[in-house]
Amino acid sequence: MGGITWNYVLKRVGMWFLTIWLGTTIIFLIPRLAPGDPVAGVISRMTAQSGYVENSAEIINAWRARFGLDEPLPVQYLRYVGNSLRFDLGYSLANFPSRVEDMVIQALPWTVGLLLVAVLISFLIGNTIGALMAWERTPGWIRNLLPVSLTFTSIPFFMLGILLIYVFAFGLRWLPASGSVGRGLTQGFNWPYIVSVANHAILPATAIVIASMGFWALGMRGMMITTAGEDYMILAQAKGLTPSRIFWLYGVRNSILPQVTALALSLGGIVGGAVLVEYIFAYPGVGYLLYQGIVTSDYTLIQGIVFMLVFTTATLVLILDLIYPLIDPRITFERG
Amino acid sequence: MTAQVEYRTPAQKGGKMQHGNREAVLDVRNLKVYYSTPTGDVRAVDDVSFKVYQGEILGLVGESGCGKTTTAMAILRMVQPPGGIVGGQILLDETDLVPMNERELRNIRWSSLALIPQGAMNSLNPIMRISDQIREAIETHEGKQKEKKIRERILNLFTLVGLPSRIYDMYPHELSGGMKQRVCIAMAIVLNPSLIIADEPTSALDVVVQRVVGQTLLDVKNRLGVSMILIGHDMGLQAQLVDRLAVMYAGHMVEVSPVGTIFKEPLHPYTQLLIESIPSIKERKPLKLTEGITHDLRNPPPGCIFQARCPKVMDVCRSVKPPLEEIKPDHYVACHLYD
Repeated sequence: MGGITWNYVLKRVGMWFLTIWLGTTIIFLIPRLAPGDPVAGVISRMTAQSGYVENSAEIINAWRARFGLDEPLPVQYLRYVGNSLRFDLGYSLANFPSRVEDMVIQALPWTVGLLLVAVLISFLIGNTIGALMAWERTPGWIRNLLPVSLTFTSIPFFMLGILLIYVFAFGLRWLPASGSVGRGLTQGFNWPYIVSVANHAILPATAIVIASMGFWALGMRGMMITTAGEDYMILAQAKGLTPSRIFWLYGVRNSILPQVTALALSLGGIVGGAVLVEYIFAYPGVGYLLYQGIVTSDYTLIQGIVFMLVFTTATLVLILDLIYPLIDPRITFERG
Repeated sequence: MTAQVEYRTPAQKGGKMQHGNREAVLDVRNLKVYYSTPTGDVRAVDDVSFKVYQGEILGLVGESGCGKTTTAMAILRMVQPPGGIVGGQILLDETDLVPMNERELRNIRWSSLALIPQGAMNSLNPIMRISDQIREAIETHEGKQKEKKIRERILNLFTLVGLPSRIYDMYPHELSGGMKQRVCIAMAIVLNPSLIIADEPTSALDVVVQRVVGQTLLDVKNRLGVSMILIGHDMGLQAQLVDRLAVMYAGHMVEVSPVGTIFKEPLHPYTQLLIESIPSIKERKPLKLTEGITHDLRNPPPGCIFQARCPKVMDVCRSVKPPLEEIKPDHYVACHLYD
């Protein structure tokens, strides 16, 4: 009782499989709902450009056979699922012969690294600010300062990014304006490389942190006010516990639970929201890649990225689900 | 279950309470607790004085909003803003709590003055194990201790209040309401405080569990000789548990007396109505205490606080405030009928 049970783990892993399966199925179905197919689309565009394409019908059939589009839908589906399971995402349409999985795998560490760090920092700072705003022992000057810091939240990610580039990259020249790492450095665990990566990540991370921490702060503030009215807070005070112990172990610890749920739910959205930030900072992450894919109508690339997003989001949620019982013992409790 | 104590009134126990050379654990003198509002101060507790003697249970009764819980919170020095203590003394073991600062209060709390809270269901931290919540109270006041020693001490407490040892590592959501309340009782006595304030400890429980919790309280009191203030509005439960009964009305203390005397011969008109209104299973009687209204606590009338609802109101009640006086030995009443 009160710990992680096998039943719980199996259920969560089952949900993880189900999410990924549903995600891939939707990715497979949506393009096929539209009339025509990519091959016919390419040929008709060529026809529009040059007026006439020799043997166009044969070309279409040949390419259909090449891509397996002539086979019945269930067969296509099974092959697609099989390929997805092996992370075989096919060739990029715009950057042939680059393979989609190679492009995504190159970009993914940048995005995951940047976002995980930024989201965690934002989560920590935002929740601390929110908790302090609701705590009656917080000194007045901090309380007055906090709402001011939250006004930045109403500025969108990308506006903030432009502002940060203007001030810190062009004005003060403290930090690089774009890219993910300086030129001419050997990749790996050496000091100059790590410093360069960190330098390049500061501005985009700051943009994400400042723009998203208000969300956490406001949610946390509301939760802390609710928690402050709980009976166990009165008992904690009557027990003579120190204010910091009451704040962290009774207040924050009980208020953070819905916030962690919100974190799991928002992970997917955060990746989408970071597209603009990566674009502005020319950060070679998945968001930037997705932007390029959309601009060049690179369907296989878009599909591959969406698949990887579904996969990473589901995995992160699974990890959070497995951590959750550690912070809330009630979660694995099943009423018999 | 180790709690095998029969319910007996102190009168049945044979005049154990002697008037005279009793030692007061708590001496509240002229306590005033006001809540400031934009339209004036709400006098939640107005000039209240009473004592709690060594080894007794003092019952504190009155209708909702009469200031029972505010009095309890004031003794703990935990009145929340906009409320505050505006006057009076709270002497616990002859030390005044009112001028104490936060640090001094933290030392006093739980080690000398413990609370059994009102809401049994939500009074334990849901994310901490039962043992950790009791251990935290011990270690905050006595410093870090060996795991084995603490375990033994907590398991002893469990036996005392009739809890099984298997709940040691459980979380609050795995316990029933009655068990949670007994955990709170165990936690209250862990540091052997001089005074325990039990704020309606049975209000959220069904009658069977109420009886068990009541028995546990009585058993704990008899074994440890701890003094207690038992707040509640269940006159039946009070009659069975307390030694003396204090009746509050609209922030004022109107009558304090040994419990046997007060049920046999209530002197204050409010107490009389309160006792008459205890429902009986033998006959259906109309509720007496519905006539009249309470006055606005921001603007109390001159004279007696109960004048608006009193069936025996006299002219003097409208102008002169009756003081709480000892009419008979150990029987205090604030009423002009006995001038």
